[in-house]
Amino acid sequence: MPLRLLRFGLTRQHPEPRMFTQHDELKSSYDVVIIGAGGHGLAAAYYLARDHGITNVAVLEKGYIGGGNTGRNTTIIRSNYLTPEGVQFYDESVRLWQDLSQDFDLNLFYSTRGHFTLAHTDAAMRTMRWRAEVNKHYGVQSEAVDAKSVQDAVPMMDISCGGHAPVVGALYHAPGAVARHDAVAWGYGRGADRRGIEIHQKTEVLSIETTDSGSGPAISGVMTNRGRISTKKVLCAVAGSTPRMLSMVGLTSPLYIHPLQAMVSEPVKPWLDPIIVSGSLHVYVSQTARGELVMGASLDPYELHATRSTLDFTESLSMHMLEMFPFLGDVKVVRQWAGMADMTPDFAPIMGKTPIKGFYLDSGWGTWGFKATPVCGKTMSHTVATDENHTLITGFGLDRFRRYALTGEKGAASVGH
Amino acid sequence: MKIMTCPINGPRLISEFAYAGELKEMPDPTQVSDEQWADYVFNKNGPAGIKREWWCHTASGVWFIAERDTTRDVIMRTYLYQAEVALT
Repeated sequence: MPLRLLRFGLTRQHPEPRMFTQHDELKSSYDVVIIGAGGHGLAAAYYLARDHGITNVAVLEKGYIGGGNTGRNTTIIRSNYLTPEGVQFYDESVRLWQDLSQDFDLNLFYSTRGHFTLAHTDAAMRTMRWRAEVNKHYGVQSEAVDAKSVQDAVPMMDISCGGHAPVVGALYHAPGAVARHDAVAWGYGRGADRRGIEIHQKTEVLSIETTDSGSGPAISGVMTNRGRISTKKVLCAVAGSTPRMLSMVGLTSPLYIHPLQAMVSEPVKPWLDPIIVSGSLHVYVSQTARGELVMGASLDPYELHATRSTLDFTESLSMHMLEMFPFLGDVKVVRQWAGMADMTPDFAPIMGKTPIKGFYLDSGWGTWGFKATPVCGKTMSHTVATDENHTLITGFGLDRFRRYALTGEKGAASVGH
Repeated sequence: MKIMTCPINGPRLISEFAYAGELKEMPDPTQVSDEQWADYVFNKNGPAGIKREWWCHTASGVWFIAERDTTRDVIMRTYLYQAEVALT
């Protein structure tokens, strides 16, 4: 038994330090209110305190820390996108990821695995070459590889996929990685907490108040189930609840909510090192350090504001998994779940300033938000602190739809094109 | 939500149906500004609630309207599209 545990058990005078400070009351005003204590909201809080010295901040969370899409994704991190905006943005994110564990003094189990996006047709292979060239142009390690390279990296895979959709090649992205998602929220949360930022869980935003500032509406406060707060700046980072928040301030957006489901198998011996994605078979899969296979597919086919699971999903995903990995026939699925993905028509996020002064959005992260957590925190904290959009997010504004200037990030959802 | 009722073919498995988005009234493209047109094309009624949507029974090609509660994943009713119904 570890000595520390023994001491704790015997003396009862050394309670374990909690990860976060529990605040009994909300203050009557804050410089910044962040709605949503998921990875994105807490990362913004952390960088506001660390890089901008703004610590009079409250992070409000209706549920618990990291209980939304931060804890529901399949933890894949990559930057092999298609548009220049996308590639540069996610590449910055991957760089931030790589030394986050040191930054936090908390092990995120960041594990660089390599990432194969399989191509089953010549047309798909053409897209892979295109993505590889865009990536290389911006200094991101990506290359188009042949089927043999895939087979060498994953000897257990049936490269013919049961004969239905033989693999002809892949886009290989060496920096592709996985990390422990809860720890990301906790690390950012603890870092923000230690710098004086208040995290309030079980605190629901009921309404957002605006006043006329002379040059259009401006944020003046937030009403919660634990009382009213005055503030001039609100950052909204609530994924699937974004449309409801927008309706509180009278904004409309193209966001629509579809559930994204995922599932996990029982632990098996390590056999799958890289992350495998197949757009044609609607599968992405990686193996965790514990040996579980984490699997996801594409979005549910209709709008829904709930996190229910369906048997259809498990059946179709398992079927496609078996096409690639027939030997998994006896392996059991032990958990499945869903998150509410906030989708946009062009598969790029909606970030930055809005027509309401002091109201900042970090949304539209659909099925690709986890990997962007650090860079969203960085860019949104800059945007909130200076009231100017960070240069990396200028292509992602809400006003792009009004101007018909869509970003068109088809590499956004790895199985969505 | 496993079973949906097609107004023509009766109750069927949900896998036979395709969702085609919320029912929207198209403004007259010759009359509206670019901004109003963008609002029609892109913006959606995003928050949860009971919504009126286009669905298609793909096996028979029947297009119809479904009223659905997006919070509880429950279909309230389905019926064939009629302009006067849609406008209410």
